[in-house]
Amino acid sequence: MKYDDRPLQKYAADAAIWLLLLSLPWWIGHVGGYMQLGTQVVVMALAATALNFLLGYTGVLSFGHAAYFGLGVYGTGLIIKYIVPSTLAGMAVGVLAAVAAAAIIGLLIVHLRGIYFAMVTIAFGQVFYFIAFRWNNVTGGDDGLSDWSRQPIDFGFAKLDILHSPVLFYYFVLFFFAVSVAIMAWLLRSPFGRTLLAIRENERRARFLGLPVDRHIWLSWLISCTFVGLAGTLYALLNDFADPHTLYWEQSGVFVIMAVLGGMRSFWGPLIGAAVYVVLQDYVSSMTQNWMSFIGLFFVLVVLFFPRGVLGIVRRRAAS
Amino acid sequence: MTQLILYDAFNGLIIGAFYALMALGLSLILNLSGVINFAHGGFLAIGAYLAFTLMPFIGFWGALVVAPILTAIFGLFIERILIRPLYGRDPLYSLLLTFGLAFMFEDGTRFIWGASTLPFSIPNVLSSPLSGQYFFLTGYRLFMVALVTLTVIVLFVILTRTRLGMRIRAGTLDLETVSVLGINVRLLRSLNFGLGIYMAGLAGVLAAGMLGLQPTIGSDLIMPSFVAIIIGGLGSLPGTLIGGLLIGIASGITTVWFPSASDAVIYVMMALVLLVRPRGLFGEEGRLQ
Amino acid sequence: MPKSIINHPIRRRTILKAGIALGAMQVASPFVVKALGEEPVKFGLDDPFTGTYAELGKHEQIGCQLAIDEINKKGGILGRRAELISEDSTSTDTGTAVAKGHKLIDRDKVNFLLGNVNSAMALALGDLSSRAGVLHIVTGGHTDAVTGTDCHWNVFRVCNTTRMETDAVGKDLIDKYGKKWYFITPDYAFGHTLQKGFEANLKKYGGTEVGASLTPLGTTDFSSYLIKAEAAKPDVIIDLTAGQDAVNSLKQIVQFGLNKKFHIAGAQQELEVLEGLPPNARIGTWVFEWYWKQPNVPHVTEFVAAVRKVNNGKVPTARHWFGYAAVWTCALIANEKKSLTAEKLAKGLEGFTLPPEVALMPDKVFYRAGDHQLMPDLYVGHAVEKGPVPEDLFHVEKIVKGVDAALPVSETGCHLKWPQA
Repeated sequence: MKYDDRPLQKYAADAAIWLLLLSLPWWIGHVGGYMQLGTQVVVMALAATALNFLLGYTGVLSFGHAAYFGLGVYGTGLIIKYIVPSTLAGMAVGVLAAVAAAAIIGLLIVHLRGIYFAMVTIAFGQVFYFIAFRWNNVTGGDDGLSDWSRQPIDFGFAKLDILHSPVLFYYFVLFFFAVSVAIMAWLLRSPFGRTLLAIRENERRARFLGLPVDRHIWLSWLISCTFVGLAGTLYALLNDFADPHTLYWEQSGVFVIMAVLGGMRSFWGPLIGAAVYVVLQDYVSSMTQNWMSFIGLFFVLVVLFFPRGVLGIVRRRAAS
Repeated sequence: MTQLILYDAFNGLIIGAFYALMALGLSLILNLSGVINFAHGGFLAIGAYLAFTLMPFIGFWGALVVAPILTAIFGLFIERILIRPLYGRDPLYSLLLTFGLAFMFEDGTRFIWGASTLPFSIPNVLSSPLSGQYFFLTGYRLFMVALVTLTVIVLFVILTRTRLGMRIRAGTLDLETVSVLGINVRLLRSLNFGLGIYMAGLAGVLAAGMLGLQPTIGSDLIMPSFVAIIIGGLGSLPGTLIGGLLIGIASGITTVWFPSASDAVIYVMMALVLLVRPRGLFGEEGRLQ
Repeated sequence: MPKSIINHPIRRRTILKAGIALGAMQVASPFVVKALGEEPVKFGLDDPFTGTYAELGKHEQIGCQLAIDEINKKGGILGRRAELISEDSTSTDTGTAVAKGHKLIDRDKVNFLLGNVNSAMALALGDLSSRAGVLHIVTGGHTDAVTGTDCHWNVFRVCNTTRMETDAVGKDLIDKYGKKWYFITPDYAFGHTLQKGFEANLKKYGGTEVGASLTPLGTTDFSSYLIKAEAAKPDVIIDLTAGQDAVNSLKQIVQFGLNKKFHIAGAQQELEVLEGLPPNARIGTWVFEWYWKQPNVPHVTEFVAAVRKVNNGKVPTARHWFGYAAVWTCALIANEKKSLTAEKLAKGLEGFTLPPEVALMPDKVFYRAGDHQLMPDLYVGHAVEKGPVPEDLFHVEKIVKGVDAALPVSETGCHLKWPQA
């Protein structure tokens, strides 16, 4: 972690990012955006950052994170629609579902590496996808879960109407983003985080040093999936909808792309990647029906010329 | 009941042959070059569309021969420009690049040929079932199995009897040594990629006869191909072949009892194989860590 | 004449003031008038233009744009120009569809929302538009819930419910082809409700269901389901699949020779599917929601000619008509009520009849008050390999009035809740 190397620059960058995020409702309209887009960027940034905890900092590629994202989505939707119209209850169940699934599956797969690990995450992801897709009575199948919405939160002394105020909902999401990101950053700075980095750099050496590699990978996996699940619950609340596509392997691919796009090796990389991807897709798809070619070309160019992502370019420029 | 199971199993075998064709092409590329080609379905679509365009001029049989060759040439071009820079890098990058290519191919085919489903006719001689009772044994399906079998035989002959094949096999085991021995590894990789794409193009022509010809024709076939490779074992072509046939049969038989699980069952199989025997049925230990 | 004017000559200042004011108005008014005229009435179309439904979404868009152009030629809406803003919802990602819905409503401030082909997206957009209070016409999403259990005061639908489609053809199938049916049902709400509709028909007219296969959406190989169907030895195989699934299943049905052993039929079918099939697979009895060859219905020929000009020379399909009718509905009601207020227009649309040049159907076509569902005609017939004219791939045998085939409002599950005044 280059946290201590360039303190002033790093703090300045952090401050700038938080300033932009906090003031978003004021400037988003002026740049041709809209609140829903801004909130979506933050939700996706949370998911991508969570994935990058595993990918960029532990060196483990998962191509099935959409499964836990989707569990968060459906957990929230099912609770609010059928059990109790409470946003917080829905979120809690969504996150718990993601955590439980990740814990169990993690135990099963933690001994695998490389492409095998990636493929088995796809396998489990697809199994969840097909459950959501086929269990029509519960999940609504391909039609998804509709006719429900995020509920205003009543604290007794105050009421947060996140349903009717998009700005309020944005800050609600930003709050969870901030807390999650703070926790993840703190973990990465701790000895636990250092161990993850060691595993990423050279697993054999780490094992040789007596570090319990499998256990660390399992924990990293669990933390990563927990926050992706949280992102899922927020995504469900954002759209007031749950559908199987959130579980499809393409969604997992998009999270990976966001992390790589922004820069896997830096903490804010996934946020930048998410912003670029979401905004680019929104903008280009309004301009032309051939947006897929442009987005595809964009990936190709990034992989060929900017594999370290956006922040990689920034770093290189700062270093030179 | 047993008759139904036999029917479905046999039918699954036929579909499995098709999956095997797709998966073999993918496997060739993956084994030698370490490239995960998510655009394989896109190449399939291109092969199908090229065949459709050529058909009025050279007929179905002509298109069957020419379209995969044209697709392979296109594949060589893509390999030279886009894939070559990625050799030696983390497979993550080839995955992402081919993911982007898949987007471009889908949009490109839609742009050139339109979003409408195009009517692809197969010759009448293939079009009808062979018998009343075994009606699902259509001429076309049997032809497909025959063609896949022929292709597999030719592939194995190439791999075992020709120099190119030997080099590919050697390269799959240890590319560094092969290059030290003075073999032109770049050319080898290119030809190998071209061979893999040829099979995708061929699968495309065959698919267009059975399915609707639309830009998304290849996208649902990508995942089952990867599953076939994993189950059969990375690095083993016979394994991929068996893997493809197995998932076809498993999918077919599952339809008898749990039709809703017929598409999920291949992923369950993959998960089981990965948990119990990660190298796959015929794979070697320690491949592609 | 007021006494004051006679008794007090108009003072010079007053005249001066009046003159200046008049002069100023002359100079200023073009800007004022232009400003009002410039601000167009915006239609937002949230439909798939990529993915598996791309063709259908594009056709709806062409229909919408044609209507917009005609409306502008005829003087626009309330004297203002009409404008269509299209956004790609994609075919499978509902999150994008909802985000684009927000874009159209929150950022572009559209007056009317149109879409979607995909039923799930239509439902999600309906929830969104009702919260935002924007008039929303669903063009091509067929799931019953849109004008049933999930109906909203601001949502109207042009295309039919699945029940209307099954009830249009059910009895005829039993009478003409036999009582024993086997279902090939795509496993999502659209398929389920179609099957339920047909099962009700079987019960009513004494038929039997000898079996059913639920096929996953996106199935490429139907052989195992068709093997089962053949083993059940029905009179009719009811193929309820749509889109790509329909192309695949019909191709395979014909390759297996099953159409020679049994009769093939279903409910909804579309010209896009028939065009995508090889000629020998264009078989079966189906229901179309609109058809281009209607020699006895006025205005249809003009519509067909107009669409050909913007559709690569090809004839319009039901999808073109959905978009066309949806846009014209909004324009007509807005001009009639001289307002753009969603609630006023929604109330006005209840019972609203489409004029013949928009309806393009032989009978009266109107929006039912209780559930906001359009009551069009349904065209029952069979597919033909090659018609008398190229592109004439469907032979219409009979026209059924939608209002006769539909469930009564009380049975749809729709309870409209209007916003509190």
